[in-house]
Amino acid sequence: MLFIKCPYCGIRSQNEFAYGGDATVKRPELNKEISDKEWDDFVYNRKSPRGKHLEFWHHISGCRQWFKVHRDTATHEIFKTLKPHEEL
Amino acid sequence: MQKYSVFNLIKNAFSSHENWEVAWKDPTPKKSYDVIIIGGGGHGLATAYYLAKEHNITNVAIIEKGWIGGGNVGRNTTIIRSNFMHDANGRFNEFSMDLWRNMSQELNFNVMFSPRGIINLAHSDAQMNAYARRGNSMRLNGIDAVLLNREQVKKLIPMADFSEDVRFPIFGGLMQPSAGTARHDAVAWGYARQADSMGVDIIQNCEVIGFDVVGGKIKGVRTSKGDIKANKIGLCVAGSTSILAEKLNMTLPIETHLLQACVSEPIKPLLDHVVTFGAGHFYCSQSDKGEMVMGGDLDGYNSYAQRGNLPTLQHVLTEGIAMFPFLSKLKMLRTWGGIMDMSMDGSPIIDKTHIEGLYLNCGWCYGGFKSTPASGWTFAHTIAQDKVHKLNADYSLNRFSKGYLLDEKGLGTKTWIS
Repeated sequence: MLFIKCPYCGIRSQNEFAYGGDATVKRPELNKEISDKEWDDFVYNRKSPRGKHLEFWHHISGCRQWFKVHRDTATHEIFKTLKPHEEL
Repeated sequence: MQKYSVFNLIKNAFSSHENWEVAWKDPTPKKSYDVIIIGGGGHGLATAYYLAKEHNITNVAIIEKGWIGGGNVGRNTTIIRSNFMHDANGRFNEFSMDLWRNMSQELNFNVMFSPRGIINLAHSDAQMNAYARRGNSMRLNGIDAVLLNREQVKKLIPMADFSEDVRFPIFGGLMQPSAGTARHDAVAWGYARQADSMGVDIIQNCEVIGFDVVGGKIKGVRTSKGDIKANKIGLCVAGSTSILAEKLNMTLPIETHLLQACVSEPIKPLLDHVVTFGAGHFYCSQSDKGEMVMGGDLDGYNSYAQRGNLPTLQHVLTEGIAMFPFLSKLKMLRTWGGIMDMSMDGSPIIDKTHIEGLYLNCGWCYGGFKSTPASGWTFAHTIAQDKVHKLNADYSLNRFSKGYLLDEKGLGTKTWIS
């Protein structure tokens, strides 16, 4: 069981959350010409590291807020949780 | 190579079975090979076997970080099927079925292929319509499919919950009678033994640390047992694909996720088929030892842990009990996890790469076992001929940027996120 500290509600069990994927992916700026490669990287390609991973989670059965979790994908250790606009 | 037969079994009984030849050797790596396959799982071993058998390329090494068959080929729930709707997936997996049917004879190793049939349950009219469409698509591709109504399903699996007042009543199902199971370890061992006998070096406990790429061409690998040269290298490492891709400065349409499976205590023969629950993600079959073999959803977040969490297991087994209420009385014998190379459209990638001589075989999601023979066969062809075979032409790496996704479920990107 993962215990995740929602930045708004505090520590809750994994059952209350839904996973939202890699939080380091940035949508291309729409006010310039965007290559197929940039769209490809945004929509499909992922680093999927073994180790530290910054990712989105959704407190779907709680406050329904999105936030970021810094977690180890090999040990499942959670280092830090952040509000969505905060950077590591 | 010593043939496995009843005569040799009797002969070796006289010497207390102490003089059997080793099934495969434990060689030290040579300085160079014609082809190196990274990953000694089912797909890697099959690739090496078909390189030797179909293309006479025997100066081949398989490099495995752990031991052969220690990854997903030994962790899956052994289901073999070709009940796909898209032409590319249907053709590919039906070709795989053909190889499965003859595998025990071909490898002189009993892989215990058991075509017992798979039943996908339907729980609504809409789902029955979708299964009718899928079944028709399968039959157009020469794959057997039978649409079953509620009564027909009840005859085959009377132990399922057929009461009227359940949340997901059984409306019927789609059956592929020729689908089934096989003993997964035997598949790895059978391919390994034959590949070894044809001259392939199986090098275990050898981790790939880096690659030598010169002028856009692959020249070799750096490993924990020294540098090994080869002008052709095939990557066949399932859940570890992204780790090796990073060493090559490649970012792939893959995320590595965790999938759990479990078996119950053994019980007397009860379930003759593989059965899947249609209102969630749960599948079940009974092993020859009598254990109920079960699996379902991913744990749902990126993971390389190879061990799962209880909430997902509880969720999956809740679905199981909804389908087969008797499961609630069974004790769980073992649970385990494996790491899956989840591709963004749910279909695999078998292709060349932008690096000359580097070939990629990944993206099998949680369905790689059934495709083991076809994957090895087509990957061997792709490596030997330096061009994709028509069977794996649609499993290209650039289909994502080109928009030719092979999205079997029709759910869009990341179909496996629940």
